[in-house]
Amino acid sequence: MDHAKGSNVLSEQRHDQKQGHSVPQGQAPAQLPQIADNRNPGIDLDMDWVRAAQANTSAIERRCATLPGRRSVKKEHQAAWLLKAISMIDLTTLSGDDTPGRVRRLVAKAVQPVRPDLLEALDMTGLTTGAVCVYHDMIEPAVATLDQLGATLPVAAVSTGFPAGLSPFHLRLEEIRESVKARATEIDIVISRRHVLTGDWQALYDEMKAFREACGDAHVKAILATGELGSLRNVARASLVCMMAGADFIKTSTGKESVNATLPVSLVMIRAIRDYFEATGYRVGYKPAGGISKAKDAITYLALIKEELGDEWLTPHLFRFGASSLLGDIERQLEHHLTGHYSAGHRHPIG
Amino acid sequence: MTIKEIFETMDYGPAPESAKEAQDWLAENAPFGLYINGKMTAPGDTFASKNPANGEELAQITQATADEVDAAVTAARKAQGKWAGLPGHKRAQYLYALARLMQKHSRLFSVLETLDNGKPIRESRDVDIPLVARHFYYHAGMAQLQDAELPDREALGVCGQIIPWNFPLLMLAWKVAPAIAMGNTVVLKPAEYTSLTALLFAQICEEAGLPKGVVNIVTGDGRVGEAITSHEQIDKIAFTGSTEVGRLIRRATAGTGKSLTLELGGKSPYIVFDDADIDSAVEGLVDAIWFNQGQVCCAGSRLLVQEGIADRFYTKLKARMAKLRVGDPMDKCIDVGAIVDPVQLQTVTTLVEAGKHQGEVYHAPCELPANGCYYPPTLITGMSPAATLMQEEIFGPVLVATTFRTPSEAVEVANNTRYGLAATVWTENVNLALDIAPKLVAGVVWVNGTNMFDAAAGFGGVRESGFGREGGWEGLMAYTKPKGDAKALKPIAPVSAPKDAKVDALDRTAKFYVGGKQARPDGGYSQAIWSPKGALLGHVGVANRKDVRNAVEAAHAAKGWAKSTAHLRAQILYYIGENLSARADEFAARIDAMTGGKSGAKEVEAAVSRLFTYAAWADKYDGAAKPVPMRGVALAMHEPVGVIGGFCPDEAPLLGLVSLMGPAIAMGNRVVLVASEPYPLAATDFYQVLETSDLPAGVVNILTGSHVDLAAPMAGHLNLDAVWAQSGADISTIVEMESAGNLKRTWVNNARARDWLRAEGKEFLAHATEVKTVWVPYGE
Repeated sequence: MDHAKGSNVLSEQRHDQKQGHSVPQGQAPAQLPQIADNRNPGIDLDMDWVRAAQANTSAIERRCATLPGRRSVKKEHQAAWLLKAISMIDLTTLSGDDTPGRVRRLVAKAVQPVRPDLLEALDMTGLTTGAVCVYHDMIEPAVATLDQLGATLPVAAVSTGFPAGLSPFHLRLEEIRESVKARATEIDIVISRRHVLTGDWQALYDEMKAFREACGDAHVKAILATGELGSLRNVARASLVCMMAGADFIKTSTGKESVNATLPVSLVMIRAIRDYFEATGYRVGYKPAGGISKAKDAITYLALIKEELGDEWLTPHLFRFGASSLLGDIERQLEHHLTGHYSAGHRHPIG
Repeated sequence: MTIKEIFETMDYGPAPESAKEAQDWLAENAPFGLYINGKMTAPGDTFASKNPANGEELAQITQATADEVDAAVTAARKAQGKWAGLPGHKRAQYLYALARLMQKHSRLFSVLETLDNGKPIRESRDVDIPLVARHFYYHAGMAQLQDAELPDREALGVCGQIIPWNFPLLMLAWKVAPAIAMGNTVVLKPAEYTSLTALLFAQICEEAGLPKGVVNIVTGDGRVGEAITSHEQIDKIAFTGSTEVGRLIRRATAGTGKSLTLELGGKSPYIVFDDADIDSAVEGLVDAIWFNQGQVCCAGSRLLVQEGIADRFYTKLKARMAKLRVGDPMDKCIDVGAIVDPVQLQTVTTLVEAGKHQGEVYHAPCELPANGCYYPPTLITGMSPAATLMQEEIFGPVLVATTFRTPSEAVEVANNTRYGLAATVWTENVNLALDIAPKLVAGVVWVNGTNMFDAAAGFGGVRESGFGREGGWEGLMAYTKPKGDAKALKPIAPVSAPKDAKVDALDRTAKFYVGGKQARPDGGYSQAIWSPKGALLGHVGVANRKDVRNAVEAAHAAKGWAKSTAHLRAQILYYIGENLSARADEFAARIDAMTGGKSGAKEVEAAVSRLFTYAAWADKYDGAAKPVPMRGVALAMHEPVGVIGGFCPDEAPLLGLVSLMGPAIAMGNRVVLVASEPYPLAATDFYQVLETSDLPAGVVNILTGSHVDLAAPMAGHLNLDAVWAQSGADISTIVEMESAGNLKRTWVNNARARDWLRAEGKEFLAHATEVKTVWVPYGE
């Protein structure tokens, strides 16, 4: 599907959204080249490639351990990077006790993620998070709130028997279709971990392909649940298979595993994304989720993306944080940047 | 730029480290004198120490005079006895204090190091200075344990230490910590480009209350180094630097009785097999050749990639290189800083210009600062081993690359060098990694990683990368000696021909034993051996340089011995002992006939016992698994030195030979032994024992002849890995001098006698082995 032809609802939404907050009124949207990217259509399963994928854990950990010392951003650069991080957050609530009221608060926060006076001082009025991310039943209140606020953020829904993904296959497909019908424009699916753990790559490919088809025009994020895949090599191979089957994004975690997003897992996944781009010309997005709660961590992630994938990926179109508490820390850092004084949590409105 | 603009560009922006505290310290303390006997002297003739990042002068430092070096040595000498006499625990306290102070002043040290050397502040802060503190901590422990664990060894005395400019403070720590831990005192000369952190260290020594004279620091250029190396009151020289200077020092110290350890250049291979994690191997090169601007003796500077993945690897590597940030080393966001000095920058530039036509050059498209000493990260592909840049050390951020087809070809190309410092292997196959690591001629091998260092793990080279190890228990060998004073050796002259000779009717002509066969002398000369009673005991051949050549060749041909199992080597040593024992009476009579003494039987008995000793050791001289601070293991593997030439002593013509042969072959070496010159017949009889003991041909080769005449061809042989001169003839000087050619290890007696009845054990085994440290990080 070609975004440039405007046939994709989501791309238009993003288009508007970006115009809304980061491009001054009246300026041409030509500055947003990513939007012209073709959506990854997938390729045939290439088992030679999958089996050749390697991931040396120690070396990957060393790279990740030294990166924060190699790249740091200060002062206004730090502020700008943190604002960029906000624009990439999928502000998330995925709890059994979610209610329409709770989701309305979350959406309001996503639309106004930083105190207006701070955003104004930073000349970044209009900034929103990248999306909101909820369970299926919460799509409706989320969309309604967005409509009410006149905002155009995408609503992402977790799906396919999230988080374990062990419900009947036809129901998982049906869940996707229901969520798309309910106006979710992004579907975060969970893969069957057992296909990875038993090395049944064909099954994983077929499953992912079916999910992608069920999504239609909605973008599909493939949650690998990396904390349950056993090894970084499996993460690399699962990443490749999901991209071959047409994932728009690959995502680390549900947030429900005992280990969620880590830098080493991220490095493995984005290197797979890079290889996939080099081989096919399609840019697949990346979403680390769970466990990223500090502003400093967000900057390290962005530096990792910049170093390993390049600036092209530093856009909400290709990178998202799945996070709930990260925003609060960033808000405090931004106020510190503006005032020179350390901030307090209660000075920033909650979601 | 506004925040809004940065939001779009996502540039890093500047992240400067403040130089203020370091500048204040310099302003307060410069110009600098020398640190002698616990005090800073008044500055003498001074020269400028500059910041290579911008050419600005940092401070004036003193060019030490010969008198000042002498004063430093005198202070060290005076302090040494008392320092060594302190209980180990007391010295441990001082080293502990130094370690703590290093940590307390870590940022000042880091900033000063970066200002002076040009290395990125990230490296000073995250690599150099933490390793310095770690080295002092580790060796505080060694001082603590010395009395209990090294009861038979003692300090060498005064150590002259000359260190390079690439890791100024880290090299200081590697030299000073083990030396003073073991009770030595030191006179240290930092490199003239980078003396400032050593001068700050002098202050730390004061803060730690270190007794005066234990550490002395003299600054200046090579003339100061010469004054140290030639100083008669210095017992040991430790040098890290170029192979060229190392060779000069080897010659300058030859025959002076000074101990010597050299850590020299390298052209270390970085081998990537086709099953490697390619992205990680590419990233590893950043640590291998762009760490410290490539100014690292063990830099992985020769890239060997398996042919099938070469193109993909180079493409990924170039993409990675384009992401490197070159610039102001005080910026925390910089990967590659400044080359240490305009002279070094010129050297790198000239070398690359001269050799670049032999391959395809890629300069990383990094922005370089307009001023200061900068060189872009560079890759030269398509090189053949014959290309100059594949052989010569560049000592800059320049990587040369070639391809290989098979693991054995990788080893062949990797070892096709005069150096042997380090090597890196990337493969996900543990069989391949652990098969290749022992085959690489290097002191350090890193598997799936590179440039890992730790105080617990030995570091040092083979071949022309030098000898001696720094770090670990093995590193203490370089700063201790066996206890006790050896007596002067009494020369024993051959028995001259009597006036009325008693000659048996039957001629008995001993030959050489080369490659498992008896060989006649190439020159066709022989020499009669007489008993003190006037009997002609037989003739022996007079070996010349060609016989040495043949014997060394035969020894190399027996390379399978090094790979044989320790159990097999033990069995053969036992069998030699058994066969010698069976002929004990004959050997005893032979010894007594040659020497005119009565100790033959005792000597044979001791020789049999000695063979048993090394049969026992063959499978018990264990390596170690070092507890390095990472998830992984650093294996200290005991490997044979290779082919060793030995000059056998005269005091015990059979036992002496067995005492050299035993440890050498037990550890897998092959030997070329020159029998005792006055009493050679026990050795020539002995080859008959060897012939009947299943010893593979060429493992032991025996020559007879003049030690003085054979010393130079043996020590100068470029394919011999070590020479042990335990001769009755005075050949220590010539052996050390001639060994400079390929910087082979030497072990000379300096005309000191030894009690051969007790000459066995770990000291001998240490001489018969190289410690190779194999780093294997792991994790799934």
